[in-house]
Parts: sequence; C-alpha cells; structure tokens
Amino acid sequence: MRVKLSLIALCLVMAAMLAACGGEAKKDEKNDKKADVETGEVAAPAKLVLGVAGAHSGDLASYGLPTVNAAKLVAEKINAAGGVNGAMVEVVPQDDQCKPELATNVATKLLSDDVKIVLGHICSGATKAALPIYLSGKIVLMSPSATNPPLTQSGEYPNFFRTIAPDDAQAALEVAFAKSLGLKKVAIIHDKGDYGKGFASFCKQFIDADPDIEQVLFEGVTPGAVDYSAVVQKIKSSGAEGVIFGGYHPEASKIVTGMRKKDMDIPFMSDDGVKDDTFIKVAGKYAEGVYATGPMDFSANPLYQEAVAAHKAKFGTDPGPFFPEAYSAALALLNAVKVAGGTDYDKMIDALHTSYVETPVGKIKFDAKGDAEGVGFAVYQVKDGKYAEVK
Amino acid sequence: MEYFLELFMGGLTRGSIYALIALGYTMVYGIIELINFAHGEIYMIGAFTGLIVAGLLTMLGFPGYAILVIAIVCAVIWAAAYGFTIEKMAYKPLRNAPRLSPLISAIGMSIFLQNYVMLAQTSDFLPFPELIPHFAFMEKMGSIMSSAELVIILATVASCVGLTLFIKFTKLGKAMRATAQNRKMAMLVGINVDMVISATFVIGSSLAAVGGVLIASHIGQINYYIGFIAGIKAFTAAVLGGIGSLPGAMLGGLVLGLTEAFATGYVSSDYEDVFAFLLLVLILIFRPSGIMGKEKTQKV
Repeated sequence: MRVKLSLIALCLVMAAMLAACGGEAKKDEKNDKKADVETGEVAAPAKLVLGVAGAHSGDLASYGLPTVNAAKLVAEKINAAGGVNGAMVEVVPQDDQCKPELATNVATKLLSDDVKIVLGHICSGATKAALPIYLSGKIVLMSPSATNPPLTQSGEYPNFFRTIAPDDAQAALEVAFAKSLGLKKVAIIHDKGDYGKGFASFCKQFIDADPDIEQVLFEGVTPGAVDYSAVVQKIKSSGAEGVIFGGYHPEASKIVTGMRKKDMDIPFMSDDGVKDDTFIKVAGKYAEGVYATGPMDFSANPLYQEAVAAHKAKFGTDPGPFFPEAYSAALALLNAVKVAGGTDYDKMIDALHTSYVETPVGKIKFDAKGDAEGVGFAVYQVKDGKYAEVK
Repeated sequence: MEYFLELFMGGLTRGSIYALIALGYTMVYGIIELINFAHGEIYMIGAFTGLIVAGLLTMLGFPGYAILVIAIVCAVIWAAAYGFTIEKMAYKPLRNAPRLSPLISAIGMSIFLQNYVMLAQTSDFLPFPELIPHFAFMEKMGSIMSSAELVIILATVASCVGLTLFIKFTKLGKAMRATAQNRKMAMLVGINVDMVISATFVIGSSLAAVGGVLIASHIGQINYYIGFIAGIKAFTAAVLGGIGSLPGAMLGGLVLGLTEAFATGYVSSDYEDVFAFLLLVLILIFRPSGIMGKEKTQKV
C-alpha cells in the first residue's frame, strides 16, 4: 500500500514539474517577442552577449572548455579593438555536460536572457535537442564540433552553422578520391564500430549513388581477431581494384600487411582513424603508399599560430581539441553581427552566408545549409614513412 | 577451388594457433580441473618476450633464422617461468578451496597481467619484426599459402606430436596421466603431485609462448590486449574438442579456425564469431563433453 501511495505521489510531483516547465517555456516565448521589438528599436546595444554552450564540467569537459577559452580570447581581442559596432562583447558560458536534457535548459536560459548569438553546443546529441528552442527564439547558433550530418543537411535549422566538416564530408572526399584514381570496383571494409561503420556506410551510400563506381564488398571485421587472412582472400576474389577501410589503425595495419604479403598491390584508402603516425610505425614498410583522409592542416596559417600563441600566453597551456574551430566560429559570429549592423536575425543569417571572414581555419563563409565552405578534409599518402598531403 | 584452398590454409593457420594455446587450457583442466583464464596472457607475454629478444638480437647483428630460434627459446623460458609462478601464487594456496575460488583467482591474474604489461611496456600497438624466413619454393604459391603459414602449421604439428610422445612415453608423462585420473591415489603411490602440476603449467605456457611469437611474427603487431581474445577463442577450441583431451584440443582448434575462415569467406566476416559460437552451442547440445571428450561416470 505504501509503495502505491509513494508511486502516486511521485507521479503527482512529476506532473507538477512538467506543468511548471511548460509554463516557463511559454513565458519565454512571450519575453522573446517583446525582446525582438526592443532590439528592433535599439539598433546597437552597448553590450553584446555571446553565449557559449557546451560541456564545461563532467567527463567531456575537455572538449567544451577550449571553446570557452577561444570565446574569451576572441572577445578580448575584439574589445581591445573597440568592440563590435561599439558594443563590448561579453562571454556567458553555459554548461550542458553534453547531456540533451541539460542542453534544453541551457537553451531556455539563454533565450530568457535575450542572448542573440550562441557558440556551441559541443556534442551532436545536445545540439540536436536544443536546436528547436534556439530556432523558436531566432537565436543564431554555431558549433565548433557537432559533426552529425543531418544537423545542417536536413534543412530544418536555418539558424545552425558549424565550422567543422560533417561526418559524411570525409566519406564524400574518399569516394571522389577513389574515382580520381580511376577505380571502378571498390571493397569497403569496416571495424563494426560506430565510427568505422558510420564512415563506411557513408562511403557505400555515395558509391551506390554514383553510376561510375561500384562497391563489390561491404563487410565488417572483428577488432582484435587473430588474423584477417580470410577477409584478405575475400577482397582478392571479389575483384576489387581498391579498398576503403573505415576504422582505426590496428585493424588497418593488419589488413594492409596481409594484402601486401599476398601480393595485392591495389590502393588502400582509409579515414582519419588511420591517419596517425602509429599506423606507419606498426605497418612499417607495408604502410608505404596507403592513402588516408584527415582534417586539413591549418598549422601554417598565421591566424592559427596567433590564436595558439594567445592561448599559451593567457592560460599557460596548449589549447585543447576544437580550439581553432571554436576560435573561428566566435570570429564568424561576431563578424556577422558587425556586417548586419546589429543582432537582427535575418541580417545576421544573410551575413554568414555572404561575407567572408579570415579565421584560423582559413577564409570561410557558410553554404546554403550552414556548413563552412573550405574547411574539411584532405587526402594524405604515406611516402617515405610520413604522411604527405596529396595535392 | 583455389579460393577454397586459400581459405582452408588461412583457417588451418589460425586453427593451429588456437590449438597451440588450447593445449595449455586442456592440460591444466585435465590435471586439476581448473580453467586457467590467465593462459591467454601467457601467450601475450611470450609474444612480448619474443619482441624484446628479437630487437636485442637484431641490434647485435644475428642472422634471421637464429633470431627466430633464440627468440622462441627465450619466450618459452620466460613464459614458462610466468606459468610456474602464477600457479604457485594464484592457484596452489587455493588447491583445497571451493572450485569457484581458483576460477576467480584466474580471472584476477589475467587482468593483473594485462595491466602489468600495459604499464611496464605500453598500451600502444607495437610493430613485430618478420622473423619467419621466406622460402623460395613457397613464394611461387604465395597467394595460397605463405612461408609463415607453413612454418606455423608445421610448428604446431611438431609441438603436438612431441607433447603426445612425451605424455605417452616419459616417466613424468605417466605421472601426469596418473594425476589426471585420480590425484589422491597418485599421491598415495608416491607421485609428487605438486611437481606434476607445476610441470603441466610449464609445458602449457611454453606451447602458448611458441604460438605467441609465431603469430606475432606472422601478423606483425602486438599489444597488451592480444591475449584476451586469443585466450577466449582457444578456450572455446578446448571445450569444442572436449576439455581435458589433448587430441581434442588440437581438433577443436582446427575446427574453430576453419569454421571462422569459411564463415568469413562464404558468408560474411560480420558473422565470423556468430558461426564459431553457433558451432560450439550445437556441439555442446549433441555431444556435451565435446568432440573427443569422454563422458565421466559420476562416482557414487
């Protein structure tokens, strides 16, 4: 009986909480409409708030904190130069721990604080959960790290931009490269993992859609298996002219070693899980000639070097992952405000699509779907024991 | 036909390695009815020893075949020492404990050794030099079977024959058989059971080390984790063949290796493990004691 009573009580409490949340969201919408009118009247407020949403605590904080640092550095730099249209940039971090349920809270909070531009979120899942709230509040969002393809490609979120290439961009490049090598029949092998199989499936999708190239084998191998000789035989008997592998370097080096030992000299192409010096170390002489796609190398860009130096000077450490992407996103967002002459939603979106901005990841603007043009992946090949970019 | 032969040879090579490791499982189980889950780690330690010795000898400028032989000998000695020590540390104090205790101790030992090697060496994959020489006459049929595969299969056959002869015809072999039959009676007729058990661990570990060095040289890379999956597969092979039976372990290894190779070749490598373990389930349903296992009559 007691159990039943407490269950009912729990249900009641939960219902009450739901009702409360619903009420809040409605109130926010109202606030937001009022705010829109206000910003319309006051063209350039004296203070420009840049929301920074992402994992700032918890086990994924190492991905989110570099974004906060990047935003702070950009804000400092721009404020020192007189701000954006005379307004000082203020960075407001909001922690979502990469959890979708916290991300919606963060979005609601930023919405109710009348923030117009947000740098974030970090994780694709959290971004996806929060996007409808931002869209309803006409907030422009730019992520340095959410790579899930549908976020931009679904076309549902015109307010979403990103400075990192989506997951499928790598596969598209891989397939285009395979075609440029003149391959007609390709075997696709993956490691059954989220990353490797995801990449391989995108490759398959692009190859299936292309009449000039065909896929003759699509299979997963078991990571850690004693050897892969049977898979190698299968590739050979499939008549493939090249192999695309999705996964990490231990499996890749085993497969490529097995292939070369059986005198199969067909091209071996892989992803950025293989574009790793450990691969060359382990596969040794068999690594020669292997192709792998990987993120473009920006280290020669002076803006990139400047951003890293600024990070070292202020925080005393090397920046973490997604720092250049986050730095670039902050620059792009603030530039859009500057070009739009304020935080008017339509004008900002327009500015992001049309005006170029110099960033650590190159001179970028955004395509119709919101992906940054020009950032992305390059093809590398092992030559004399080192990865060299294929021009 | 050529495709079938290629798959058959690949499966045979893989099965040989399983068989070499499975012999250790099956011997230990035959003597003290313990599944030594740390056995896969012995195989891994053998491979690591081989790597270190081979690196050292290459620096000193030894010729290729000498490196292979010395590396295997060193790996065997070192792995045997580990096997001996593990038995003394983790199983001997639990000889009269309930059967679950040494099993847990074995799992603990396995995890300990993995982490120990990871910390002492590295968690990265390491390249392993090609120690097995190429034979000219094999290179002509290289697409079907390489020199390395031939060496692995021959080494396994030699080890199996040697072990069988050892157990059949030596005094220690006789003592091992007696201990396996009935430990208490063996003790009563004056067999030093502790010594026999130690010898079992030493022999099993040596075979695993041979397998470790050969396969590492064949596929060219090792890390601290390779013993886990190889150990599970070899254990499966031992159960498949009938745990406690030496010919069963060899047959189990080969059957498992061939099943995996043909499942990969004719169905899909996605289903490699599915078919391997489906086979295990089927055999255990129709022959609960494994292919070559003997039904034990319960003593009343």
